[in-house]
Amino acid sequence: MTTQTTTHAAGSTAHGHGEVDYIRENTSPLSWIVTLDHKRLGILYLVSTLTMFMVGGVYALLIRTELLTPGRTIMDPDTYNKVFTLHGAIMVFLFIIPSVPAALGNFFLPIMLGAKDVAFPRLNLMSFYVYVLGAIFALVSIFTNSIDTGWTFYTPYSQTTSTATISMTLAVFILGFSSILTGVNFMATVHKLRAPGLHWKRLPLFVWGIYATAVIQVLATPVLAITLLMLLMEKVLSIGWFDPRLGGDPVLFQHFFWFYSHPAVYIMILPGMAVVNEIIATFSRRKIFGYMFVAMSSVALALLGFLVWGHHMFVAGMSEYATMVFSALTFFVAIPSGVKVFNWVATLYNGSVSFQSPMLYALAFIVLFTIGGLTGLFLGTLSVDVHLHDTYFVVAHFHYVMVGGTVIGFIGGLHYWWPKMTGKMYSEKIARIAFVFIFIGFNMTFLTQFVLGSQGMPRRYYDYLDHFQPLHGFSSVGAYVLGVGFSIMLGMFIYSLFKGEKAPPNPWGSAGFEWATSSPPIMHNFHGTPVIHRGPYDYHLATEAELFDGFPEDLPATAKPAAAKPAAKQAPEPEPAKAAAPAPASREEEE
Amino acid sequence: MASAHDDSHKKWGSWLQHHFQEPVQQFETAKLGMWLFLAQEVLFFSGLFVAYGVYRTAYPEAFEAGSAQLNRIIGGFNTCVLLVSSFTAAMAVRSAQLGKKNQVSLNLVITIVCAFAFLVVKYFEYSEKFEHGLLPGNHFAPHMAEIHNWVEGATGPVTEMPAKTHVFFGIYFCLTGLHGIHVAIGIGVLIWILARNMRGEFSKDYWTPVDIVALYWHLVDLVWIYLFPLLYLI
Repeated sequence: MTTQTTTHAAGSTAHGHGEVDYIRENTSPLSWIVTLDHKRLGILYLVSTLTMFMVGGVYALLIRTELLTPGRTIMDPDTYNKVFTLHGAIMVFLFIIPSVPAALGNFFLPIMLGAKDVAFPRLNLMSFYVYVLGAIFALVSIFTNSIDTGWTFYTPYSQTTSTATISMTLAVFILGFSSILTGVNFMATVHKLRAPGLHWKRLPLFVWGIYATAVIQVLATPVLAITLLMLLMEKVLSIGWFDPRLGGDPVLFQHFFWFYSHPAVYIMILPGMAVVNEIIATFSRRKIFGYMFVAMSSVALALLGFLVWGHHMFVAGMSEYATMVFSALTFFVAIPSGVKVFNWVATLYNGSVSFQSPMLYALAFIVLFTIGGLTGLFLGTLSVDVHLHDTYFVVAHFHYVMVGGTVIGFIGGLHYWWPKMTGKMYSEKIARIAFVFIFIGFNMTFLTQFVLGSQGMPRRYYDYLDHFQPLHGFSSVGAYVLGVGFSIMLGMFIYSLFKGEKAPPNPWGSAGFEWATSSPPIMHNFHGTPVIHRGPYDYHLATEAELFDGFPEDLPATAKPAAAKPAAKQAPEPEPAKAAAPAPASREEEE
Repeated sequence: MASAHDDSHKKWGSWLQHHFQEPVQQFETAKLGMWLFLAQEVLFFSGLFVAYGVYRTAYPEAFEAGSAQLNRIIGGFNTCVLLVSSFTAAMAVRSAQLGKKNQVSLNLVITIVCAFAFLVVKYFEYSEKFEHGLLPGNHFAPHMAEIHNWVEGATGPVTEMPAKTHVFFGIYFCLTGLHGIHVAIGIGVLIWILARNMRGEFSKDYWTPVDIVALYWHLVDLVWIYLFPLLYLI
C-alpha cells in the first residue's frame, strides 16, 4: 500500500464518455421489474424495506399510544397482542434483516469491489421476489386473523392460538430463503469478483461487515427455516417434538429458535457497524485506526454469535451449568464490540472531523450502541438477568442495539450514499433538524424503559400499575417525537428526488472506491475494469482530484486545479509526493 | 486493459456472463456458490438430525421398536439405487469435460431413472406404513397384527408398542419426506440440464451447470447415506 500510483480507473474506456446512468438506461417499468442490475435491485429493496419500516413504525406508535394510560386507551387486549407481535415480526424479518445488506449492500458491495455486478445476478433477482412472496404471506396473515404469539412463535402457545400462525410462519420461512440466497451471492461476490489489486487487506470495512453478515445468513438462517418447518409440522401433524403432552419439549424449540435468532442479531447489527466504518473514515479524513482489528472483529462477532444463544433462556429451565457456560461465552462478545468502539474513537482522535449529517448519525451510533452493548452485560449476568428477564429493561436494551445501532447506522448510510444512489443532494439543514428529533425522541422513548424495567414493569403487558404511568407517558411522547423525526427525514428525501441539487461524484471528499464512479453510477459501474492501487481509507495516497473534483472519467479534458480546496480536508500525514501528477496523467491516458 | 476484457468475451461463447473476465472466474464463482448453498442445506437438515438425537436419547425403546418396522432390504436397495445415480452423475460431469455430448445425456438419463426409482420405492414404503397405521404424532394407530417383533430372538406377536413410538415415526416421515422433496427437485434440475445438453449448450469449454447440478445430487445422496443407518439399521 505504499505505492504512489493512485488512480482507480486507470486505463482507457471501452465505452467512451457520456454513458447514461443506471436510472436513465431504460426507464420502462418492465425494465425495473425484471432487472438483473444490482443497483436497481438495491433500490427495489430500499423502497420495500422502507415501506415495511413505515408499517412497523405505525404499529410501534399504536403500541405506545395504547400504553399512554393504564387499562384500555385505544384498543382491547387481544388487538394489543396482535399489534406488538406484528411490530416485532415486520421490523425484524421484513425491515432490519434486509435493510442494510439487501438494500445498501446490493447497491454498494459490487461497486466497492470494482465489479460490474454481484456473482449471480439472476439469483439476486430471485431473492428479491422471494422476499416479496414472503411479504405477501405476512400480509395474508395480517389480514386473515393476524397473529398474537410475539415474534418468537414460542410453543406451546403458538400451537394453541387460533390466530393465523401458519401463514406468518410460512412468511418467515420464505423470507429466510431470501436472506440465505443473498448471503450466498455476496460471499461468492467478495471471494471471486474483486477488481485487480483489491486484496483482502484493502477491502472496504463495509465489505468486511457485509461479508461477515453473509456468513451468518448462510449458516444460521437454514436452522430457522427447519425450526419453522418443524413448528408447522407440529401444528399440522402433532408430531410431538415440541408438545409435552405428546412427549416433546418446548425448550427444544427455544434452543432451535435462538440458535438462529441470536446470530440473527448479528445479521442485524454487523451491517450497521459496517456502514459506520465508512462514514467515520470519510468524515475524519483518516485511515480507520486498527483496520485489520476492526475487520476481524466483524468476523469474530459472526462466529461468537453462534455460541451464545442460551443467554435468551436463562430462566427457561436449562441446567444451571449450561447457563453458566452461556453466560461466560456471552461476555466474550464484549471484546470484539469493544475493539470496534475503541478503534472508532481512536480514528476520530487526530482526525479532521466534520459534522455533516451522515457523521452525526455515525456518532449517535457509537453512543447508542455503547449504551445498548453495556446494558447487554447486565442481562448476560445470571443473577441480574433473573431480575431483569422479561421486563422493559430487555426491550430497552434490544432497541438501543437494533434502533440505536442498526437503524441509525442504516439511516446514516442512507444519508451518506443518497447522493451516489440518486444523483441528488438533500437539504443538509433539514437533515440535521430530523436528526435532532430522532436522537432526542429515541432516547426519551427507550432510556425511560431501562428505568421502567429495573422497577419491574414486565414487557408485553397490556395493563400496568398506576405508578408506572408517568414513565410510560414520557416514553410514548418520545415515540411521537421519534415518529416526527422519521417523517421529516422521509419528506426531505422525497423532496430531494424532485428538487434536490445535482450531486457531484464525490460530495463528501471520500477516498472510498464507490465514489470513483459518477453519481448516479453508470450501468456497468465503471468504464472498464478499475485497477486498485491503494486502500479505501488511504487519504495520504489519494489524489486531490479523486477527493475533491470527482474522478477521472467525469472530468473535462482540462483538469481543474485542486489547490483551491480547503487545506483542512487533507490527511494529517505529510506526503511530499502527494500532488504529483498521476491523476492528470491517467486523465490524458483516458482521452 | 479494457481490450483484454473485450477479447475475452469475443473469444468465448455467449455463456460467459458480462460481469466475469474469464471463464475460469465464472466457473470458480459458480462452484463456490454451490458449495455455500450445500453448506446451507446441511444446516437445513441439521434441525431434524438434532431432534433425532435428542429423542433417540430420550426414548431409546421407542426408536428401537420403530426402526424394526422399517424394511432394511428395501432401504438397502434404495441406497444402492442412489449410489449408482451418484456415480452416473459423476460420469456425466466427466463426459461433459471431455465434450462427449451423447454420453452426458446417457449418464443423466440413468441418473434421472434412478431418482424416479428411488421415489417409486419410497411411495410403496410409505403406503405400507400408512396402511399399518404407522403414522406420525396424533395419527399413530398401529395395527398390532402387522407389527414386527423388535425384541432380539423373540418371534411372537406384539401386543403393545412402547410409548412415544409416534415420535419416531414423526421424525422418520419428516426426515425422509424432506429428503424426498430434495430428490424431486433434483429430478427437475437434472431434466433441465439434460434438455440443455441435448440443445448442445455445453462443450469442452463450458460444462459448469452439469458440474453444479451433480454437486447438488451428491448432497442428496449423502443425506440418504446418513438417513439409512440412523433410521433403518440402528
